[in-house]
Amino acid sequence: MSSLWYASVTIFVKDLRSELRTRYSLNSLLMFVITTLSVILFSLGSENVSSDVLSGVLWIIIFFSTMSGLSRSFVSEEERGTVMTLQLTARPLAVFFGKLLFNTVLLAALNLLTVTLYLLFITNFVVQNYTIFITTMGLGTIGLASASTILAAIIAKANTKGTLYPVLSFPILLPLLLTVINATKMSVEGAAVYEAFSEFQILISYFIVITTISYLLFEFVWKE
Amino acid sequence: MSIQLQAEGLAKTFNRRTIFSGISLSLREGESLAVTGRNGSGKSTLLKIISGVLSPSRGRCFLKIDDREVPAASSYTHLGFVSPYLQLYDEFSGIENLELFTRIRGHQVPRPFIEALLERVNLAQRSRDQVRTYSSGMKQRLKYAFALLHNPQLLLLDEPTSNLDSEGMATVYQIMEEQVTRGILIIATNDAEDLKRTDRVLDLNSLAAEKGAATP
Repeated sequence: MSSLWYASVTIFVKDLRSELRTRYSLNSLLMFVITTLSVILFSLGSENVSSDVLSGVLWIIIFFSTMSGLSRSFVSEEERGTVMTLQLTARPLAVFFGKLLFNTVLLAALNLLTVTLYLLFITNFVVQNYTIFITTMGLGTIGLASASTILAAIIAKANTKGTLYPVLSFPILLPLLLTVINATKMSVEGAAVYEAFSEFQILISYFIVITTISYLLFEFVWKE
Repeated sequence: MSIQLQAEGLAKTFNRRTIFSGISLSLREGESLAVTGRNGSGKSTLLKIISGVLSPSRGRCFLKIDDREVPAASSYTHLGFVSPYLQLYDEFSGIENLELFTRIRGHQVPRPFIEALLERVNLAQRSRDQVRTYSSGMKQRLKYAFALLHNPQLLLLDEPTSNLDSEGMATVYQIMEEQVTRGILIIATNDAEDLKRTDRVLDLNSLAAEKGAATP
């Protein structure tokens, strides 16, 4: 195993153990998902809402819960004063990939829970094509995690962390959100898999572009 | 392996305020330097620049190993740093912290070596307790174990004896003596007792070196 990969995995395991002990992000993510779902359930009541709208609502929940939880990956290091300790022990890219891995796993777990609860409680939301739905969730998760990771690293250095994160994230995540909402709609409407190929291509391209930009930018963001 | 530290025309500016400028240094193996100056003169900033954690506004600073320049990206592997603002993970125990940073560095440090380090800084009894339960002095001693984990050739100590009792201070002075025999030692302090233990002093207020030249 290369030293970069080994260090990245070590940082990922460190973050996982730290999260399990401190519940730094987990609690806020869980609370956000549960409260938002409850509000949606109450507001929908017995209304018959179209699957188009429900596809959008699902990704709104995921977007805002990501905003509330994933920024913690770097903010917590900044607040606890451990940034310098990491800077003195690890290559910047090892930190980035470790955090990216952690955010991806955390977001995947969160999305699994969100989707399960959504399918259980929002009875109008019925997925017709699970291949499209699962692929969209997978690609959406890694795209969202990669963009959130570099944005979290940037905003961790700012004074107004809480408000800056969603404001800065929205324009960057907009192409991703529009694509995943469209692909989710297709899965609910029962479209054939080949019809969603262009959406998948956009999501894969988005992930590659964001990860490449992060790879090039991270050292500057991390050092100053 | 012989180490050399070279700094040329270092300057740092924060929000248009120049903290210091025109600092040039050359230190070889077996040499030690104390950086002194009143609060806000840039002692900690200079140490951060030397460690590579902060970039200078002007000038450059680099390490040489056997007369070959070490790439900036890997200079951290040759240095150890102790300071009051450097933090370890509160939710992990002392030994977990040391093992974690050993793995992140990609080193294979045997457990007995880590235990011996903890013994040396008098933390063996509390090595399995979470760092959040440590006193500030114990945290400072753990930072020494952290800094010495990889036998660094350059040791940077910011306020080396802060928060320490007399026993802890004696250990730190011994560590400083040993460091000079195997590499370079740089401390940032205003403590008269600390200043006696280095062979050069760089006073940031006057930028004039005492007890010998701190310029190339």
